[in-house]
Amino acid sequence: MTPEPDRRTVILRIVVPVAVAAAGLALWEFLVAYYDVPRFVLPAPSAVWTSLVDDFAVLAGSWWLTVRITLEAYFLAVVGGVALAVLFSQSRLVELALFPYAVVLQVTPVVSIAPLVIIWVGLDHADRALLILAWVVAFFPILSNTTFGLRSVDHNLLNLFELYGATRWQVLTRLQLPSALPHLLAGMKISGGLALIGSVVAEFVAGSGTATGLAWRIVEAGNRLNIARMFAALILLSATGILIYLLLDRLEHLVLRRWHESVVRREN
Amino acid sequence: MSEASEGSALGPEHRGPPPLDGVLDEPLVTLSAVSKTYATGIQALDRVDLAIGDHEFISLIGPSGCGKSTLLRLIAGLGAPSAGSIRRPEGESRRDIGFVFQEPTLMPWATVAANVGLPLKLAGVAPGAIRPRVEEGLARVGLAGFARAFPRELSGGMKMRVSIARALITRPRVLLMDEPFSAIDEPTRFQLFDDLLGLWSKARWTVVFVTHSLFDSVYLSNRVVVMTPRPGRIYGDLAIDQPYPRDALFRTSPEFGDWARRVAALMTSAAEPAAS
Repeated sequence: MTPEPDRRTVILRIVVPVAVAAAGLALWEFLVAYYDVPRFVLPAPSAVWTSLVDDFAVLAGSWWLTVRITLEAYFLAVVGGVALAVLFSQSRLVELALFPYAVVLQVTPVVSIAPLVIIWVGLDHADRALLILAWVVAFFPILSNTTFGLRSVDHNLLNLFELYGATRWQVLTRLQLPSALPHLLAGMKISGGLALIGSVVAEFVAGSGTATGLAWRIVEAGNRLNIARMFAALILLSATGILIYLLLDRLEHLVLRRWHESVVRREN
Repeated sequence: MSEASEGSALGPEHRGPPPLDGVLDEPLVTLSAVSKTYATGIQALDRVDLAIGDHEFISLIGPSGCGKSTLLRLIAGLGAPSAGSIRRPEGESRRDIGFVFQEPTLMPWATVAANVGLPLKLAGVAPGAIRPRVEEGLARVGLAGFARAFPRELSGGMKMRVSIARALITRPRVLLMDEPFSAIDEPTRFQLFDDLLGLWSKARWTVVFVTHSLFDSVYLSNRVVVMTPRPGRIYGDLAIDQPYPRDALFRTSPEFGDWARRVAALMTSAAEPAAS
């Protein structure tokens, strides 16, 4: 593969979105100034930037709480989802017994169970409520994707393992888990974004003075008509979501690059 | 062949070259009145009797759906017959059987070396003991130097060679092949045939080769077994008394045409409903 088209693609992928963003911001700044839009309706990008810098201490603390809850929920979702999927693959009975409840947990809107969770963990532990709610949202894609992946093993490969007298453990570790890996990674990409969404939505519903994440800052800024700070919090949230996605995309690429069609670069 | 130089935990010792006079030993595998009916009620096989001898190259031929693949899987021990019995000599383990599927059936996440060494790995052989055998096995099928490649980096013919190397790594006595080259272009397939025959004539294992191509069966085998449409029964059993090595000249010779006509005649009458 020649380096020229590669570099051109990279430049295009960076230059084009940045140019669009810059043009959009310039237009925004101009329109706000031209029509003299009030700050409490739509602040100019420069005002948002000022707020981001001036309120950084407050916002950073909230950002860290949101990130911490997101990461904790995500970690527990991945570990729990994979563990349960493996259990399902080993016992049809367990799967039949538990899978419906996993679906119930998934289809029930997280907002509606938030008050219940808060009562159970206690109002003094709002961060625990947030963790549980974010976990509920992030858990299911991991479970369902991994379960699907563990099942979609090449039938002939399974016969081959049987032919050579493989134990259940060998079938699981050498055949089922590698087969499930692309599906697990796809689930992890979905769940990474969902964990963030979950922790923010949960905070809108269950947030309190003891747990002040970015969602709390958004509500607070809205009440005070401090729209610039609201935008600043939104930008931090978006940036976090993008960062999570990029990291997981990179992870998927690193793990699968040698063998899986989805990430192998075609040369024809 | 360096196979004879080392003993192993798996497979029998190498037992020297095949007898020149073709004396029949005790069969390697004996099938007696084997029937197979699936849970769906479809009867795939009906009272199949077949004795598989030492160093035979048997082609199992019949129309698609006649149960040849089912028969092969039963011989491999993948599933049990509904009736009848399959007998192997005392002390034979299932690792004395190598199986080559229609598809290469390689693990895409593992290197060529890991794929070829899989049967030994599953049997708990130490990695240090696996490596030289994998290298030797890859060299045998003409893939020395591809140990670290991944399956997707190989052509269809090369993947099939990996699959064959894997089947031979346990030094099986019987190599079962389920239409292994049907998806491969003709020049590559013919090359694979000649390489397979070369390996087979140097070593001492038996091949049971499922195919629907009568030309392939005549070219490869010294025995062609013709099956009826479903439920599959053995209809005819024809020895191809043509010396090895066989080459492209044989494929275009009048003798080849004669053998092909005889197999074709058997297949035609096997397909007639009145045949019993």
